[in-house]
Amino acid sequence: MAAQATQAYRGGDVAQFSRGFSGRPRSEEPDLPPGQYRTHDFPVLSAGPTPRVPLDTWQFTIVTEAGERHSWDWKALQQLPSESVTVDLHCVTRWSKLGTRWRGVSLDTLFEDVETASEYAYVRAYGGYTTNLPLEDLLDGQAWVAYEYDGDPLAPEHGGPARLLVPHLYLWKSAKWVQGIVLTPQDEPGFWETAGYHMYGDPWQEQRYAGD
Amino acid sequence: MAGTALRRRLTWRPAQLSAVRQETPTARTLTLRVDGWAGHVPGQHVDVRLTAADGYTAVRSYSISSAPAEGELEITVDEVRGGEVSPYLVREIAAGDLVEVRGPLGGWFVWQPQSTRPLQLVAGGSGIAPLMSMARARAAAGGGAPTRLLYSVRRPDAVVFAAELAGLAAPGSGLEVSYAYTRAVPEGWPRPAGRVDAALLAEATWPAERAPDCFVCGPTGFVEATADLLVAAGHSASAIRTERFGPTGSTS
Repeated sequence: MAAQATQAYRGGDVAQFSRGFSGRPRSEEPDLPPGQYRTHDFPVLSAGPTPRVPLDTWQFTIVTEAGERHSWDWKALQQLPSESVTVDLHCVTRWSKLGTRWRGVSLDTLFEDVETASEYAYVRAYGGYTTNLPLEDLLDGQAWVAYEYDGDPLAPEHGGPARLLVPHLYLWKSAKWVQGIVLTPQDEPGFWETAGYHMYGDPWQEQRYAGD
Repeated sequence: MAGTALRRRLTWRPAQLSAVRQETPTARTLTLRVDGWAGHVPGQHVDVRLTAADGYTAVRSYSISSAPAEGELEITVDEVRGGEVSPYLVREIAAGDLVEVRGPLGGWFVWQPQSTRPLQLVAGGSGIAPLMSMARARAAAGGGAPTRLLYSVRRPDAVVFAAELAGLAAPGSGLEVSYAYTRAVPEGWPRPAGRVDAALLAEATWPAERAPDCFVCGPTGFVEATADLLVAAGHSASAIRTERFGPTGSTS
């Protein structure tokens, strides 16, 4: 049996893999990025203990390449115009969660008075997590600092009190416990990017790991 | 960081199932033979791709449970009821069958066997898999890091690797294994069934003064609770590495 299977592989026929595997009925699958499956609960993936960030010391800061700082404390953030958005989430570990409801402040609002020629955003989070993405992926209605999920304050394990939300990229770019953004002329790898994950992370292109 | 080894492009490779071992009523270990597999770092995982007769594919990630070896790796799969992939891997696939693998993956939740720093492993349920790779690699390297493993599991018959762990933890090995049973305890067990709490943690794990490297792996709720307890016991958050799987418990 083993010899037969090996011969079939050398013959270049892909259907010999996973004899007897049929998968789920395909008609039930919604329109998902390649390689993703749908989940109805909300998995948590973090590299360490969940940071607890007190609201009275919370701050979000954008630093430009000129060293200019734009900071908001919790009260200031709440006073900015907020938006409700319903978006699909795609995690690199292959689950997708569709139609999630959030409230937060658009990055367009936070960047209104920021002058920069930098092309990249290096995102820092409480607890030490970092991630990188092109600045243009944060603008034009594509990203939020979100502080409510499904009508409730965002729970700590999902990144509360506030997380970045960039739903068109894999979820590791949507930094939990977001603390700020440093604008840089070069693309610097963050936490998972240094550990071999993709610098950009487009779910529809399956950009999971470096080289994908 | 260990992840620099991942810079090369990862390709799918054929893997042939060479052996299966039933570990518990619901979990099975699969030995996969992969030409050119260079080994892994304990704690890393692998993507497994299944292909149906009509070309449909499904990919899932599994922690590698074996010690690093060339040409071969083991994954230990616990069946998720109603799952798409795990029932096939636990009940259907047989020696000689082919899947594809990609990896090894992951540069964060990893432990280098040459490390001699105190090591604290905390497993919840099937979260034992990557920690078993660490325990096996440690033994293969001749010991070194003084190590404690706290393994939380529902009931005695759900313990994976029970006999091997007892052997690895022989007197003088430098490995101590403790169990926490959450639903049912063995006969004569001194503690009632219950979750890991601060008291058990204080008894069964390294004190914070020893500054161990901590690896916590298990279901989300377990990891959240245990990592919080370790922080409360004085361990530095930066010394605690976690790997979570499964639902949060809330479906909203």
